[in-house]
Amino acid sequence: WKWTKLERSTLINYIIICLLFLVCELNHSVTSVFPESSLLIMLGFILGGIVWGADKAQTFKLIPTNFFYYLLPQIILDASYCMPNKLFFSNLGAILIHAIIGTCWNAGTVGIALWACYEGGAMGNLNIGPLQFLLFGALISAVDPVAVIAVFEEVHVNEVLYILVFGESLLNDGVTVVLYNVFDAFVSLGGPKINAAEIIKGIVSFFVVAFGGSFLGVVFAILISMLTRITKNVQVIEAGFIIVLGYLSYLTAEMLSLSAILSITFCGVCCQKYINANMDEKSVTTLRYTLKVMANGSETMIFVFLGVSAIDKNIWVWNTGFILLTIFFVVIFRFIGVFFLNWILNQSRLIPIDITDQFVMAYGGLRGAVAYGLAALLDEKKIPEKNLMLGTTLIVVYFTVILQGITMKPLVQWLKVKKATHSDLTLNGKMNNRAFEHILTAMEDICGRMGDNWWTRHWNYFEDKYVCWLLLKSDARKHKDPIFGAFHKLNLEDATKYVTEGERKGSLDFIRNYDSASVDFKKKLALEYGDITPYITGIDNVPVTSVMKNPIPSVSLDIHEQDRKSLPDKLSAHHLLDQHLYKSRRDNRPTYSRSHYNTSENPDEMQEIFQRTMRSRLESFKSAKMGVNPAKKLSKHPKKDSTHKPNGKPADPHRTHPYGDEDFEFSADSASSSEIAGHFHRRSTNTPGAGVDNPAFIPEMDTSPPMRNPPWQTETGNNTAVAPSQRAQGRLPWTSTNLRHLALLRMSTRSTDSFVMADASLDEEAPEEKPGTHHTRL
Amino acid sequence: MGSTSSTLLKIPNVEVLMQETGFSPAHMIRLHDRFKALDKEGRGHLCPQDFGAIKELAMNPIGDRIIGAFFCPGKETVDFHTFVKILAHFRPVDKNRPKEPNSPEPINSRSNKLRFAFQLYDQDKDGKISRDELLKVLQAMLGMQVTEEQLESIADRTIQEADLDRDDAISFEEFRKVSPEILHSRCFIKV
Repeated sequence: WKWTKLERSTLINYIIICLLFLVCELNHSVTSVFPESSLLIMLGFILGGIVWGADKAQTFKLIPTNFFYYLLPQIILDASYCMPNKLFFSNLGAILIHAIIGTCWNAGTVGIALWACYEGGAMGNLNIGPLQFLLFGALISAVDPVAVIAVFEEVHVNEVLYILVFGESLLNDGVTVVLYNVFDAFVSLGGPKINAAEIIKGIVSFFVVAFGGSFLGVVFAILISMLTRITKNVQVIEAGFIIVLGYLSYLTAEMLSLSAILSITFCGVCCQKYINANMDEKSVTTLRYTLKVMANGSETMIFVFLGVSAIDKNIWVWNTGFILLTIFFVVIFRFIGVFFLNWILNQSRLIPIDITDQFVMAYGGLRGAVAYGLAALLDEKKIPEKNLMLGTTLIVVYFTVILQGITMKPLVQWLKVKKATHSDLTLNGKMNNRAFEHILTAMEDICGRMGDNWWTRHWNYFEDKYVCWLLLKSDARKHKDPIFGAFHKLNLEDATKYVTEGERKGSLDFIRNYDSASVDFKKKLALEYGDITPYITGIDNVPVTSVMKNPIPSVSLDIHEQDRKSLPDKLSAHHLLDQHLYKSRRDNRPTYSRSHYNTSENPDEMQEIFQRTMRSRLESFKSAKMGVNPAKKLSKHPKKDSTHKPNGKPADPHRTHPYGDEDFEFSADSASSSEIAGHFHRRSTNTPGAGVDNPAFIPEMDTSPPMRNPPWQTETGNNTAVAPSQRAQGRLPWTSTNLRHLALLRMSTRSTDSFVMADASLDEEAPEEKPGTHHTRL
Repeated sequence: MGSTSSTLLKIPNVEVLMQETGFSPAHMIRLHDRFKALDKEGRGHLCPQDFGAIKELAMNPIGDRIIGAFFCPGKETVDFHTFVKILAHFRPVDKNRPKEPNSPEPINSRSNKLRFAFQLYDQDKDGKISRDELLKVLQAMLGMQVTEEQLESIADRTIQEADLDRDDAISFEEFRKVSPEILHSRCFIKV
């Protein structure tokens, strides 16, 4: 009974469905012990057995072409798209060293050791030459990204360890491909023809392949980002574009004989930030989930096929010596290589890699389908012992994936490897952590140590100036604010929590609180939530979060009000800290989970901090010099102060800060109150070349309260017209006494409006205060 | 660095300093050079304006407090000795340091680091962080978007978490208990 094509494909579909179903079912009970991948391989064995029994021939092999062209790319694309970039790039040096030197070491030593053993007679009679051993060494040395993901996913190790192993597995493809091709060419040439020229060609080809592949990936990343700039009208298929283009980068690299995995890796890694910013939220979600579906599906199939491929009598050539020695050498040399390289790296790393971490790194050098694919690609005519190698590769793969996979978790627990840190800190903890980060940053600055920051700073500068202009939509550039994004996300989460809570308690609760809450809401929270209303209200197919069953617009808006009343303060306090603590430059927030939305730094925070500091310094200087506490007399006429010129203020040198000459951006076109909230992005100006020392600051002296008596505490005194100066006043909630806070001062080199106007308008109660007050230039 | 030894000798009391702080000679030289670079007028000591000249500190929300921490109460200047001692708080921890029973705790021990941070919070130096002081620190570290009520509730909540003897203030012991271990691993700079 031969399988017809239709039957075959139907069978495949059934199998896949069954497998996925089984995988889900088994999820927690069994997968705590057996990683999914090993289970899948075993299932593959069973499946292979069935097919073999029916057909006496293995029709379901893992054909290398299928693997390399149809199954592997999406896994890599998904992995690189969700890669925590900051972590990756900050550890890039270590990763590269492991990938390049480590892989070469592994390939070389395994090959040579095996050859030595062969010469020593441990393997009996085989038709292999030294070059073929080297070739075998090359293909078996590649740490496999698929296997690494599969195994490490279960075991939540700390982020640095994960990124080192994972990054290595991704980047070593460049080396593997080159080594494989080089040795393959050598084998065809035969022994005697190899001379220095060939070796040099090999080394050169490494650089070409690796860098060419990466460069190609970056080119495609740029293309994708630019594309997402203009796809506003075809949002439904934006995600499709990206997948197709990603795949295209893979194929192009393959076509040009460059490293395809590197190409698609860099494509994903480089474009993620820009496409996330450019695309609509829905598209981002679609893309993320599509990639995950595809990646998981591919992974499942790969492992099953790995199992199936084993049940094939034709390929098995058993040579105990060869197999055992291979396994032994693979493991040993991996350990040696990792420990040695890490020792070297630790000499210059800021945070050295622990011994236990190193052990896990070595143990986590899993071989997988890539090795198998490469082995299957071997040409039998050139390499008569292909089947032996193929069989051995399979066994090594099983060994690593199954055995090492199963024992990984217990090992990690036994060694007490640092797990991914929980963010379950107390408020104190969060605050202190952040304070320490600031302290350390300050200490570093005092010491004048450049350290990592130099690169990041310059890259950020470069990026802001050129890259973003090119790759981001003009909207997206404005809305790069991560705090808002995080805030928005939190609101959505609260919203869904509220809805489920409400439904649980019974809808009466819901309605009862609805009225009372909404009234307060309008007044109090209009500002804060004003600009997320467009996101949440009025749209039927609102979010992202599908739990939102109740499309009553005001529901979502009420939430925070409810939240504050019903949920304990604890939650909101935590939220507030999370949202609003100024980020320090050392803030590495590595995200381990693949579905975490990474937020980047906010330059506006810097502005705020900077201005605050300046102001407080001015204040302290002023009060020291003039013996006047300006706190009370804020309503005095500003012009009086124009005669006070601060001289020799310490703040002076700072004014020439290269912080860009852009004016404040006003959010509000209209004077409507809710829009005042919308703006975040004030970029304060320098007033370069200002005649007076610090014109921008002089008027502030008036209205800025001293540090000890910040505006939000003086709100009780009605006479104090508080400093609107550079503060993002719009974000303060709108209580009646705070209305005057709403004015936004605009700093520009050309504004000459009288300060009186600003002052006067501050005293108004009118809610529709246009944030267009200006201050004088003296 | 052939001139190491000669440069070292130029620094007054360098042996004592190295002993106390645990910095290596190379570090001492670097720090001395930095000190001289900061001390623009060559007076041999630093004043607040010199610190103010460091741009990045202005970008730091608690930058001014940190500058203040360098100056002993009442003094207007920082000499090299104090400078180095304070920076020594953040030297990487020596894992292999022999534990002599009677020697004072090394400057960069966790407890001393925490004390440093504690002093940043506790401006009036009464040994406790009162609610007001906490509020001020929170204001400095939190963005402008936070309202007064929110700030107060955070401050209250924070004190509640840490305050064990119910005196509405956080003493150093309480502060220490509540600071997580995490700090320890990231708490140093490389000079």
